Amino acid sequence: MNSLDLPGAPGATRVVVAMSGGVDSSVAAGLLVEQGYDVVGITLQLYDHGSAVGKAGSCCAGADIHDARRVAEHLGIPHYVLDYESRFRAAVMDDFADSYLAGQTPIPCVRCNQTVKFADLLGTARDLGAAAMATGHYVRRSQGPQGAELRRGAETGRDQSYFLFATTGEQLDLLRFPLGEVTKDAVRDHARRMGLVVSDKPDSQDICFVPQGRYAEIVAKMRPGAVQPGEIVDLAGNVLGRHEGIIHYTVGQRRGIGIAGEEPLFVVRLEPGTRRVVVGPRGALGSSSLTMREVNWIGPAPDTGRALPCAVKLRSAQPPIRATATSLGEGRARVDLATPAEAIAPGQACVMYDGDRVLGGGWIERRTAAGAAEAA
Amino acid sequence: MPVLAMADRIYLDHNATAPLRPSAREAALEAMALIGNASSVHADGRRARAMIEGARREVAGLAGAAPRSVIFTSGGTEANSLALLGCGRPRLLVSAIEHPSVLAVRADAEAIPVDRHGVLDLSALEAMLDAGEEPAQVSVMAANNETGVIQPLAEVVRLAHGRCALVHCDAVQGAGRMALGDLGADFMTLSGHKLGGLQGAGALVVGDGIEIAAVQRGGGQELGRRAGTEALPAIAAFGAAAQACAGDDMATVAGLRDRLQEAMTAAVPGARVMGAGVPRLANTLAIAHPATRAETLVMAFDLEGIALSAGSACSSGKVGPSHVLEAMGEGALARNTIRISLGETTTADAVARCAEVWQALDRRLGGERSAA
Repeated sequence: MNSLDLPGAPGATRVVVAMSGGVDSSVAAGLLVEQGYDVVGITLQLYDHGSAVGKAGSCCAGADIHDARRVAEHLGIPHYVLDYESRFRAAVMDDFADSYLAGQTPIPCVRCNQTVKFADLLGTARDLGAAAMATGHYVRRSQGPQGAELRRGAETGRDQSYFLFATTGEQLDLLRFPLGEVTKDAVRDHARRMGLVVSDKPDSQDICFVPQGRYAEIVAKMRPGAVQPGEIVDLAGNVLGRHEGIIHYTVGQRRGIGIAGEEPLFVVRLEPGTRRVVVGPRGALGSSSLTMREVNWIGPAPDTGRALPCAVKLRSAQPPIRATATSLGEGRARVDLATPAEAIAPGQACVMYDGDRVLGGGWIERRTAAGAAEAA
Repeated sequence: MPVLAMADRIYLDHNATAPLRPSAREAALEAMALIGNASSVHADGRRARAMIEGARREVAGLAGAAPRSVIFTSGGTEANSLALLGCGRPRLLVSAIEHPSVLAVRADAEAIPVDRHGVLDLSALEAMLDAGEEPAQVSVMAANNETGVIQPLAEVVRLAHGRCALVHCDAVQGAGRMALGDLGADFMTLSGHKLGGLQGAGALVVGDGIEIAAVQRGGGQELGRRAGTEALPAIAAFGAAAQACAGDDMATVAGLRDRLQEAMTAAVPGARVMGAGVPRLANTLAIAHPATRAETLVMAFDLEGIALSAGSACSSGKVGPSHVLEAMGEGALARNTIRISLGETTTADAVARCAEVWQALDRRLGGERSAA
């Protein structure tokens, strides 16, 4: 077996690398080239950079595609740009806009991995005769008794497993993550050592198609007229003020409500039907149970009704919380938290872990056991 | 498998650009050894001028026109712009399968449909011409860049001239591969690098007595019809290539293309040749795979060392759906169509290898399909 857990010499093993033009996927490609693999770089054109940032006249490539091409040229590997604009719009951007309008806080990066990168691109990699597809994610993959397993990246602070919970076993069979054991600092060192032009490129902070984090502008542009003002109410339904659209709010948010009260107020709930933003004291945010939908189990799914001890992450940057997960069947599951968590936002992901191994995850539907101050 | 050395690669994308001919290379090198600006009075300038006029005679010969009819430009795109913007007719009719450099020139251009073989619909053209009062210009290509389908130019000219309309013909793909002398168009676009010259020179050939206004203005070059210092090495190479292509053995090229077409359709049931039933350029084969996207096929062929293309690619390499195949009414297969274009230097071995790779790719892709 070679270093990618595949039979055959590296030189006879074709690996497609999904290259974004950032330092991580560039180094992932570079490391595989150094190990002698037959590396092919592919960059996806996901959205019209010009229209996303409001500038006319930039036909195609944003700077990232340009960077990916330069890195591939430097590494001496073939490189292709594939037009996934319409696919990305239908599978990721539309869902993003509609989720916000439905009072949820979506994670488009998960949808993108799920529907674009690990579906269509993986299929293309197969068509090109690749034995594997590699990405620059900070996660690890290992071969377990029940098949391929997904594990958290070695550097906890960089771990991206939360965003890959929807990966299926079949996808995981073909995926490889060369940066799983590496730290970000080491990646930058590798990039400098390899002489890559992107070695000092800043990490991307934003959702790729939302420049400067101004997601509300994108939603308003994609769904003209759908963003409507409404009322801000307290838990008892008393009107406290007005807002410019529920898409501007996220559950747990404190600042920006614009209402002075005796005690600080937080967004407790968003009601798309009545366009109301419900606010309350911090105590109203906590809950100890939630349900999720579209649950993906990496490995065998537990029997319906059987409680499975695990740890869950409700946000990417949050440490795991002890919990038990119970499959409800039909792709749904209930999660009971050992300690109540604040600001469980519908639309975010709940990802289940056993130690550093990802058991699976799903989209948060709603919290079921409300905090003391609220009856949901 | 490591990327093949460039020398081992097989080039089957002559409609994108053709390899430089030895005589064109020599002419360009000779031009690069000169100093002069062709507009200068001194001996150095006169030598440059002589070289340009020599090239003009060769290009005129290819087009079957008088040397003074030839306006050198930076390439086919500029020549198309000049033909359509410099003509000054209020109405413009263009075929739906024109190159983007024709389609994008005027937003008010009216599209003439083509039939399912990719041939211009002459009765539609006639009706369109009859429907308008204003003086018109018609632009129809000699042969299509994606399918190679030859357009009925003589008929177009007859219909247009009968109604006092002028005709522009983009002959970039047709030049050197079909006879141009008797097309009868009032304007004709040519490109040097498609013939085996250098990229950076093209020409608009304007018929006797037809007025054209300069679009790029400034100096009085090209009889005041195109300002700017001439690109001497590229023009010299253009002239040499125009002369050399007259000696091309297109019958041999046609034989290779037909053999390739036969092998590819025999190897993959369900593969379909675009424009198979109508006259085509001898060197072009547009063929659809029944189940695989063209972008995937182009990458897979490239990784096997064979250069061919799909649709029309923009500068980032992004591939869009082909407007040509859409105009022909092709549905799903339009996305699966690759273009293979041969040249004078293409060998029987290259064609055999292409068919072999096509079959091997189909087996690989088909194996997955049946396993899935």
